[in-house]
Amino acid sequence: MWLFFHKLASPKYFYDLAGKFIPWLGTLCLIAFLSGLYQGLFVAPPDYQQGESYRILFVHVPSAWMSMFVYTFMAVLSAINLIWNIKLADVMVRSSAALGASFTFLTLVTGSLWGKPMWGAWWVWDARLTSELILLFLYLGYIALVSAIEDPRSAARAGGVLILVGAVNIPIIHYSVEWWSTLHQGPTLTKIGKPSVHVSMLIPWLLMFAGFQLYYFTVVLIRARTEVLERERRSAWVQELFGK
Amino acid sequence: MNGLFTACSALLKRDLMLAFRHRGELANPLLFFLMIVTLFPLGVSPEAELLRRIAPGVIWIGALLAALFSLESLFRGDFEDGALEQMLLSPHPLSALVLAKVLAHWLVSGLPMLLLAPLLGLLLAMPTTGIQTMEITLALGTPLLSLIGAIGVALTVGLKRGGILLTLLILPLYIPVLIFATNAVTAAAAGLPVEGQFYFLAALLALALTLAPVAIAASLRISVS
Repeated sequence: MWLFFHKLASPKYFYDLAGKFIPWLGTLCLIAFLSGLYQGLFVAPPDYQQGESYRILFVHVPSAWMSMFVYTFMAVLSAINLIWNIKLADVMVRSSAALGASFTFLTLVTGSLWGKPMWGAWWVWDARLTSELILLFLYLGYIALVSAIEDPRSAARAGGVLILVGAVNIPIIHYSVEWWSTLHQGPTLTKIGKPSVHVSMLIPWLLMFAGFQLYYFTVVLIRARTEVLERERRSAWVQELFGK
Repeated sequence: MNGLFTACSALLKRDLMLAFRHRGELANPLLFFLMIVTLFPLGVSPEAELLRRIAPGVIWIGALLAALFSLESLFRGDFEDGALEQMLLSPHPLSALVLAKVLAHWLVSGLPMLLLAPLLGLLLAMPTTGIQTMEITLALGTPLLSLIGAIGVALTVGLKRGGILLTLLILPLYIPVLIFATNAVTAAAAGLPVEGQFYFLAALLALALTLAPVAIAASLRISVS
């Protein structure tokens, strides 16, 4: 087990392993997306209250979930990097930031597209929308900070501290629907034991969740591979790889 | 333990003395605070009813921005003349030393704002209960602004143009404080209970008092090395 983590922390081993994983993850992601979208858009019945327009939820909710998942994942990896000084953890954090920001942006856009017919407004200053917007600012702040610091090692550590400090906001976003009674509807999927969604809607939803998750891991690994190559461009194995 | 206390109080005294030697700079954030608040009646409307409603938000946003501007120089001077490196090298825990510095910053920026705020409340036609609640939220909130802000300052102190970046880093972290504080003042004006918001602010303050010094110290080590 330890040996595996030890090997994983070496850039070359990671590069090779990620290269093997990416096609599999990508294929699975495509299957999950296609079947999820088909089931969600054509098979699942219309909602009894919201009619057809609820279908945007199959994109909106998974991307909202991903926006928080990516941040939490970044926080854990930042802690690993700060404590054990593992460069690869930082590679993953840095490759994740732009993806997390785009998931957050997608959430805000789909949410506002959904909000217009449902609430009659593109944007409402309620707790969940506002905290999601703050999450976007946190991502952008991280990106701005690491690109402002030239030395990659101190950029990694400074960014890591910022990510960890900002992690305080994640529970605030998560519980915002329960703490404040606002316009945004309460949680549906996570009511443990008794989900208030019918099976015909639940299945495409879960497929979309899987699709988003797989998409993230596929793209983050591709980005991380590029980042590793760039950082290790002076090392022997990269030179050998490109036949110099 | 005794040595640590001496070191912290020496640092606190030094920072306070430095601040009082530059009395002009001391007044700048306060004037800034006063001017931001003055702009609202001129820019939005001088109507008392409207001003009363937006007053908590206006005063709090003014405090937020004033804190941001006064924070920028928190570690700058020490970084430039090498005092910061001495602090890093000292045998005392850095987190305790930075706590002393943050306390000094709050005493010269947060506390005066606290004293000026009732006057601004009167200017914006706030009712007495609203002003009282606002004072409590400011008393709980301005130390939070100094503590959270210092993390951002510590992260950007090594950079040449840290000013705008600092805004980008800190303001998102300030938003929860702003929300709970203004919510309390609005609730008080409507005659609703406000203990819940006070507890939230107090909890955030306790969290920041214990964790922020560690984060500030870590950030300083990163920035200086």
